[in-house]
Amino acid sequence: MENKVSRRDFLRLSAVGLGASVLSGCSNGLLGDDLFRTKFQEMSPNQVKEVLKRLEEKYSGKYGTQFSVTATPAKENVLFGYGLDLSRCIGCRRCVHACVKENNPSRETQIQWIRDLRMKKGVLDLEKAEHYYSPEQVPEEGHYYIPVQCQQCENPPCVKVCPVKATWKEPDGIVVVDYDWCIGCRTCMAACPYRARKFNWKEPVIPKDEINPQTHYLGNRPRMRGVVEKCTFCIQRTREGRYPACVEACPVGARKFGNLLDPKSEIRYVIENFRVFRLKEELNTEPKFYYFFSMGA
Amino acid sequence: MRRQFNTNPIFMVTLFLVGLVPVLDVRAGSGQDLSLSPAGVLSSPLFPCSTCHAGMEPNLQKRALSFHPEIKIQGHGEPRRWCLDCHDAGNRDSLRLLNADTVNFNESYLLCAQCHGNIFRAWKAGIHGKRTGMWDGPKRYVLCTSCHNPHSPRFKPLKPEAAPLRPEETLRR
Repeated sequence: MENKVSRRDFLRLSAVGLGASVLSGCSNGLLGDDLFRTKFQEMSPNQVKEVLKRLEEKYSGKYGTQFSVTATPAKENVLFGYGLDLSRCIGCRRCVHACVKENNPSRETQIQWIRDLRMKKGVLDLEKAEHYYSPEQVPEEGHYYIPVQCQQCENPPCVKVCPVKATWKEPDGIVVVDYDWCIGCRTCMAACPYRARKFNWKEPVIPKDEINPQTHYLGNRPRMRGVVEKCTFCIQRTREGRYPACVEACPVGARKFGNLLDPKSEIRYVIENFRVFRLKEELNTEPKFYYFFSMGA
Repeated sequence: MRRQFNTNPIFMVTLFLVGLVPVLDVRAGSGQDLSLSPAGVLSSPLFPCSTCHAGMEPNLQKRALSFHPEIKIQGHGEPRRWCLDCHDAGNRDSLRLLNADTVNFNESYLLCAQCHGNIFRAWKAGIHGKRTGMWDGPKRYVLCTSCHNPHSPRFKPLKPEAAPLRPEETLRR
């Protein structure tokens, strides 16, 4: 009994130990910077630059290829919107796999940001959707397909429930996650009515030859175990003016993308000229993802 | 006289760059310019068609083709439609519009648009068909014939890519 450390001594010793490790952590730069940095939105431009540089070195070392990690901000007067033509989609999953190639999700414990739902014609009950379909050829008789990914809601329930504000809506309407700030509580996943968010239950594994080294801090940079991730409208591409990877992969041209604030954009043409609807409109999440029919029903 | 078109890809690219090939009057977004994929037939070993056809008397008789057996009109207005509705009898390197104007293969969309006006309108606006490039900058259009076989235009079924893993399959990894 006597040789047991007293409660008081234990506390004193741990305080000293913690203090020492903080000091040494700060002095060696790496541990301290990662552990004690401020959240992304509150960083000064210089701090962002330092973090990006550190991440580039870290990822380049890990994957053996030169990484670029950017933090390109939103453009003025841009609000991204997406259109998906249900009368064209054939459910071929080219988009799903182009997204995987572009956005560095884990391959071993499989994470995919797009789910192609197969639906019976005449039914719009998502409970009856099937996403494991695997026929020889698509489209299949009597079915249609609804690809679902993050709907980039204007009123995102996932953002509201995050207890640490690790996820937020950017000025151009993209809902992003700061993976370094996420505590992995998965409340956002419970709040999302579209099942758009995915959780890294295990350390993500991506083969070196499949990694995409062109990344954005809030988008496709490699993630870690215990954080949530989701579609970002390919923020690393769209912030540079390019189309998302899924748009370019679609063999039937069912996927449309553009600036909702530009009256001449493709997405505005879709909204003004075709029948459009949004998933689960009754929930008042105001998705910026418009499903439409370019051909008669 | 023998050939109206030079099929050299570099020449075609140059044509686009200097704007000799008419650029579409499309609904342009904020200051974007576009390029158009060249027609696939231009890279066919049989092109230019005039290599053979220039020395042949046009046979206006509707018949089964013995030399081009692979060309079958399917699901595209048969049996009324046949070759010379769209191919110009006088110059096989050109297509023929309803008003007897001729257009080259890179402008085949003008031919398709005669019947498919609503699709043409959507295509010009960037809705029908595939776009690649920049959402706010230069984008690439593809011709109708890049995705649709003009003789049998229905989009062909594809083999889908792999389905997602089921939870139990993931656990096994």
